[in-house]
Amino acid sequence: MSRSRTERLVNLVICLLSTRRFLTAAQIAATVPGYEHDPDDAKEHEAFQRKFERDKAELRELGVPLETGTASVFDAEPGYRIAHREYALPDIPLAPDEAAAVGIAARLWQHAGLAAAASSGLAKLRAAGVDVDPQATLGLEPMVTVDPSFAPLTAAARDRREVTFDYRVPDRDAPTRRRLQPWGVVCWRGRWYVVGHDRDRAATRCFRLSRVVGTVRVTGAPGGYEPPPGLDLISHVATWSGPVERTGRATVLATPGRAAGLRRWAIQSVPGPDGDRLVLPYADPESLAGQLVGYGPDVRVLDPPEVRDAVIQRLKEIAARHDELAVAGGAR
Amino acid sequence: MTRPAARTSADRLARLLNLVPYLLARPGIEVAEAAGDLGVTERQLREDLELLWVCGLPGYGPGDLIDMAFDGDRVTITYDAGIDRPLRLTPDEALALVVALRMLAETPGVANRDAVERALAKIENAAGDLVGAPVAVRLPGEGRRVQELRAAVERRRALRITYYTAARDESTERTIDPLRMLMVDGRAYVEAWCRRAEAVRLFRADRIDAVVELDEPAVVPPQARPHDLRQGVFRPSPDLPLITLRIGRGERWITEYYPCERVEVDGDRWVVSLRVTDLGWARRFVLGLGPDVTVVAPVELAAQVRAQATAALEAYATPVLSAGPAGPVTAR
Repeated sequence: MSRSRTERLVNLVICLLSTRRFLTAAQIAATVPGYEHDPDDAKEHEAFQRKFERDKAELRELGVPLETGTASVFDAEPGYRIAHREYALPDIPLAPDEAAAVGIAARLWQHAGLAAAASSGLAKLRAAGVDVDPQATLGLEPMVTVDPSFAPLTAAARDRREVTFDYRVPDRDAPTRRRLQPWGVVCWRGRWYVVGHDRDRAATRCFRLSRVVGTVRVTGAPGGYEPPPGLDLISHVATWSGPVERTGRATVLATPGRAAGLRRWAIQSVPGPDGDRLVLPYADPESLAGQLVGYGPDVRVLDPPEVRDAVIQRLKEIAARHDELAVAGGAR
Repeated sequence: MTRPAARTSADRLARLLNLVPYLLARPGIEVAEAAGDLGVTERQLREDLELLWVCGLPGYGPGDLIDMAFDGDRVTITYDAGIDRPLRLTPDEALALVVALRMLAETPGVANRDAVERALAKIENAAGDLVGAPVAVRLPGEGRRVQELRAAVERRRALRITYYTAARDESTERTIDPLRMLMVDGRAYVEAWCRRAEAVRLFRADRIDAVVELDEPAVVPPQARPHDLRQGVFRPSPDLPLITLRIGRGERWITEYYPCERVEVDGDRWVVSLRVTDLGWARRFVLGLGPDVTVVAPVELAAQVRAQATAALEAYATPVLSAGPAGPVTAR
């Protein structure tokens, strides 16, 4: 933007803030420097109108609350003004440690768009007189990352607008189109989910944001539905991926000095003549078997038989599969 | 999307509207200090002030224009023409600040959580209904170990740690000089100069099995630079070995958990290529994945997988030397 355009916009804001009456475009043109033109010249007038439309759009984009109305019932032409009460950031009395926390929060965003939003928000707090210590730290800082669908889904949930998106679950071959009334977005254990009412399943569903393919399309009107009262967003996601109880106990024989990863969570380790006997707590025999197979001949299952059999079965299949590969490779 | 040029212009307007109340709140502030605070150069700030100087209320006479007094390098706004407050927060700004603060408040081991929560309440209050922000955050609570590490990092001492490296399946003792603690995707890390590796490394808190605080200060060499985490913790570099696997439906989750360079659909199977830090890790990984995975490349990985599976099967065919399990171990 040229200097003159910026100057014109600053003057426009000041002018509209200072007026109680709605000012028509013609009145603004006659007042604010930069809009001078001959209203009787059709070409000039049209150029002015285009310029003024662009300027209004720019102010609205910045969040300037541009009010439209007529100065009196006799006026047909709409006028404009900015109510100071709507424009001004309310007073936020932040104590120094609170201001420092906001300063830290603002630099956590790793997502470019929201990082910019956070720092312009912080700049406004500073302009309101809040001093932010740039050196402050809270010892441990989370990096805040989000998936691209975060912003549109959050906005849709805020405005209660139905959305449509394509959703890809890895074990399905193709993405499916979903219609959702989003209630809110949840970060659970470092992953983002959207919770809402699935229109096609007619039930509450959670979707992982990283599985949303392409753009989220807003299809519903604002305020199109009401989330259930007393909604606890976290509870919907947490019930889907709660912690597992490891009540099973397996005993394995590990080669001394190997399988460091298993030794870390063994609840017992006893050296013996043919290796160390480790006792491992587990929940699911199949997933334990997978972990144990990873160590190859360094780990041998002694007990229980279901884990031992699962490991042997897996080993046989892996060996067979890679045998074929070797034969095929050798024949070429 | 807004074009970059348009963005800069909107940024300047936003900056100018912020600048007046910012200076108003800090009479007699040094230009250099203000520039540093606002993230602009001194020259840019002086240009902004020059522009504001010709803006003001309709009439645009000497008493209508924004006025300021200079005293050496210090500036004081003497007339604000009605821009006495910053513009209120936009929905994106409010969301960015509130979500980051919630993230901070939920981070286990964060210092001064109380200040974070107070700040959050005040920002939510000021943002009003913008922050019906339907976003909830819950991070895993490995609280005690993280808190212990954070306290040690804050005391700026070198630490002796026992660290489990999954890539090589080994536990090692290292002396580290901590830089900071951070949380990425719900996991806590210590970022530190590792004296053993002579480089800056990220250590996952849940893989630090023991910590001893040394009686010497943490000394970080001047060439040490913190990681750029915008692309995630593991950024596969092109000089790492590339492995290619043919995987079944049940293993497609790999593509969500590991950055894959290529995913090709081959009927019901997917052929995925990913970079690994270590072929030994790849071998444990492939063995652990289960029978529906075949190594396509490199050939030596396929050979290793076959050799390990065969050796493990041979071990199962040999009776265990020592009699009976170690102690009474039963599946509970």
